[in-house]
Amino acid sequence: MKKMIAQGLANVDSPFGESGEKRGVINKLLLGLTPSQYLLQAFRNPFNWILGIIFAIGIPILLGRFVFGLAWATSASNDYPWGLFLGFGLFAMVPLSSSGFQLGTAVEIFGRHDLEPLERLALLNGLLGYFFAVVYLLADLGQPWRLPYPMVVSFGPAAVLFLVAWHVSTYLSVQILEVSTAFFEWIGFPAGKRGVRRITLGLTVSGIILSTLHQGALGALFTYAPGKVHPLWFSSSFQWLHFFVSSLPGGLCMVIAVSTIARKTMTWRGDRNFHANLDKVTVSLAKGACMGLATYITIKLIAIAHDNKWSYLDSGWGQWFLFEIIIGFMLPLALMTYGVNTRKMGIIRTGAFMTVFGVVLNRVNTAIITFNWKLPEREIPPWREVVISITIFAIYIVVYRFILYRLPILYRWKQQEAPELVHETVPNAAAAGIREASLIPVASYSRMTKID
Amino acid sequence: MKRRNFLKACVIGGATISLGKTNKGWASGSFDGYPEAMGVLTDTTRCIGCRSCEAACNKEQGLPEPAKPFDDKSVFEHERRPDAKAYTVVNQYEKKAPGGPVHRKIQCNHCNEPACLTSCFVNAYTKTDQGAVIYNSKVCVGCRNCMIACPFNVPGYDYESVLNPVVKKCIMCYDTRLKVGRPPACVDICPQEALTFGKRADLIKLAHERIRENPGRYYDHVYGEKEVGGTSWLYLSSTSFDKVGFDTTLNNEPIISNVKEFLGMVPMVLSIWPALFSGIHLLSKKTPHDEDGDHTDTTQEDHKS
Repeated sequence: MKKMIAQGLANVDSPFGESGEKRGVINKLLLGLTPSQYLLQAFRNPFNWILGIIFAIGIPILLGRFVFGLAWATSASNDYPWGLFLGFGLFAMVPLSSSGFQLGTAVEIFGRHDLEPLERLALLNGLLGYFFAVVYLLADLGQPWRLPYPMVVSFGPAAVLFLVAWHVSTYLSVQILEVSTAFFEWIGFPAGKRGVRRITLGLTVSGIILSTLHQGALGALFTYAPGKVHPLWFSSSFQWLHFFVSSLPGGLCMVIAVSTIARKTMTWRGDRNFHANLDKVTVSLAKGACMGLATYITIKLIAIAHDNKWSYLDSGWGQWFLFEIIIGFMLPLALMTYGVNTRKMGIIRTGAFMTVFGVVLNRVNTAIITFNWKLPEREIPPWREVVISITIFAIYIVVYRFILYRLPILYRWKQQEAPELVHETVPNAAAAGIREASLIPVASYSRMTKID
Repeated sequence: MKRRNFLKACVIGGATISLGKTNKGWASGSFDGYPEAMGVLTDTTRCIGCRSCEAACNKEQGLPEPAKPFDDKSVFEHERRPDAKAYTVVNQYEKKAPGGPVHRKIQCNHCNEPACLTSCFVNAYTKTDQGAVIYNSKVCVGCRNCMIACPFNVPGYDYESVLNPVVKKCIMCYDTRLKVGRPPACVDICPQEALTFGKRADLIKLAHERIRENPGRYYDHVYGEKEVGGTSWLYLSSTSFDKVGFDTTLNNEPIISNVKEFLGMVPMVLSIWPALFSGIHLLSKKTPHDEDGDHTDTTQEDHKS
């Protein structure tokens, strides 16, 4: 794609082509290239070859799981009912997806419009993370076609999982709506975008509530197994707080990580606004993540002190715990604090990647590695389970990239909204009275039309 | 215009939330079990490890033929657990003890406040008046949360099945026997009278009587009387229970008591968060605060909507 642009091809960033004709859906899907150009750039990308190999092996095995059953695809263990699909797929993907509600809150509730260059990326990151957590769940459930049962057939309202099911499904719909504004711009349906913008505040507030509850609820799921999770990873009073609070830096750092990758691998896709503001926004996100990390480390230590579990630190499990909290949380906190103060972006980004690693490791530790710590044998997931997990993650990457290439996430859609704006703002301004002075919304997308 | 939009947004947001709200009750304080609940007392000092209870269970529940026949003692080489093909198994402990090995039958203990029941999000489990913990496999989604929650590692999952895998465990022969007042198949067949069927309350008395009458024979504890809120299945042992495969670290509180702290927090978040964050939003709008000098107009959203 880089080469194509160097050869003088333009990005698709407006409804109209270079010569002024309106772009069709096929044209937009092919990034404004001809089919042969599109295939050429796809073949040139070595990453696509890696993905191709993963899919060639993984897709048949993923399908095989539904043909031959769970016993064929997974460890089928009665002692470890939750394997990689949930331990990694669900429990690790969800905290990394808390970015959507956090940036939504910062921008829409606290009015931090300076974070806007990454708001849509954070929302998309949230949506895809949740969506693929559900895909992992579907692969893991014994009877995935019964997934709607807790909503329509039989209710178990006292169960934490009931709350998770309801909240994840409602939050998924909220996130689809939040991201849909970008889709409506791209497809050329301004009425839909306006409709969603109108309920943005409601969506954002419900996003905070749903996120607080189900991020915590995922932790609370483990309070059902007080004797099975190792005491260093378990606390009946604080478990939900640990999961909720660690999801905050997890989500922010995931956005830093993804934006870093996107800036490197799809430089052409980000617009001037994205590239110019990325470092500044990254610093802001890193500040937030540092606060989250500091809080998390504190309550983690409080939990150990609360139940007086210090003696467990002096064991193999304790060393593993120290590895997790030092490499995954304390060191990133130090790195990011240093990076923020000295504006060293490389250090901030390293810290962010380490935090992502720390959060994933924490979830995998809680759900799989330290689970059943009293049993003599540890369970190693069989190869098919590993392959399926990797395959679903590869699909996640492909979908993520597909959307970033096309929808106005990293760039702004150039559109002539002026007539609509006049129509909209005049009655508004009259009603708003005192705010008449601000007829032109400074941070709106229409501003970009003028600059670019 | 602005206020109306804001209220509208709140209503829509609120509606979304209330979907998730439903009746998020949390389990009652403490429940000592149904007064008429039946139970079984397992006296491990009487068990000889003949495995006839395993055979009887297999026949009664129509389970598949096992890999090794029920008179094969080589299964004692490894510790086993109940699974989808065997609702009860007998394990051998203290193999080199002077008094000979100790055998212990494992099956669902039918808790008074079952963790499986409280963790199930489709409410598949039921604790019947007779004390059995049964389940409705027609609604089982297969999340296997009950297997995570069970402190005794009892429920097994039918991983082999492709189209209809469900959780499987001992139901105290509820459908075929307990419902009509008959003891479970394993109790009926036991040649040593190691298993005694009766009302749970009576069995607790009986167990303590046996300990009192024969203090040299028994370790002074009735396992299941208080563990995780009490279980319908009770055990007597000659040695301390941790030596014969029991988890002696379990609390006397039912498992759900660990979860209550979180469940109690849920209604607070649901009621406080909307007001709190909408309020912050309003405050941040009334006082345009220039964070980084980046935006000069915080009322942008009103114009957009």
